[in-house]
Amino acid sequence: MKLKKLRKISRRNALLLIAGFTGTAIFPSISFAQSSQALDRINEITKGLGATESDIYFDLPDIAENGNQVKVTFEIDSPMTETDHIKTVYILADGNPSPNVAKFSFTPEMGSCSAATRMRLSKTQNVYLLAENNNGQFLMTNAKVKVTIGGCGG
Amino acid sequence: MSSIKPRVKVPKEVSIDEIIEIKTLIRHPMHSGRMKDNNGQIIPRQIINSFSAKFNGKEVFQMDLEPSISTNPFIVFQYKVKESGTFDFEWIDDNGEKYYISKEMTVS
Repeated sequence: MKLKKLRKISRRNALLLIAGFTGTAIFPSISFAQSSQALDRINEITKGLGATESDIYFDLPDIAENGNQVKVTFEIDSPMTETDHIKTVYILADGNPSPNVAKFSFTPEMGSCSAATRMRLSKTQNVYLLAENNNGQFLMTNAKVKVTIGGCGG
Repeated sequence: MSSIKPRVKVPKEVSIDEIIEIKTLIRHPMHSGRMKDNNGQIIPRQIINSFSAKFNGKEVFQMDLEPSISTNPFIVFQYKVKESGTFDFEWIDDNGEKYYISKEMTVS
């Protein structure tokens, strides 16, 4: 009786151990370790407050043949008045050596919150846009870009 | 660094309350610090790290650039016309050098 009980527990433990090991061994490489640098950065910028997923016009090609020159355009609906305007926009890349791509500082004088530039993408990845308005609220969106030839050298 | 020449396109004739588009381009290699030259040596980082636009002396737009920005940084932004005046654009290099260009804009 006693032996049976012991055996039962050890088998369950063994299963749990196996599950635990495979879990830590497989998942970090797929979902966490590599794909979170942009989200970590968003967490850092928003000081843990997080950002609201928002419907922002964020235009990137679905497939970038050349990762050296990827055009990125965005436009955020905002009245751009002294009391209600977008102050800062960050572009963050998940798969580049560093998540930071650019930081735009807008002023109400601009009349619209829209800009474009060209960026490098080292591989297929998600690109995030994080915007902060003058009240300290954050909005975000993201786009996935498939990169055929990477553009970060090395 | 005489090869570094900024170019800016600002509409010359504009009307009040019009939202205009300003296109800027500067010739710059934007060495990210990760590329290697023909001898396998890493080319040290040298990028334009800041861009700003002033209208009649007041800063209206500023951008921080990182190594993930492409060679020959191209920046487009918009501006709502209130009066005639001068735009002053400034790019700052990692080595401290600054590049300027000014553009006049007249309200018709």
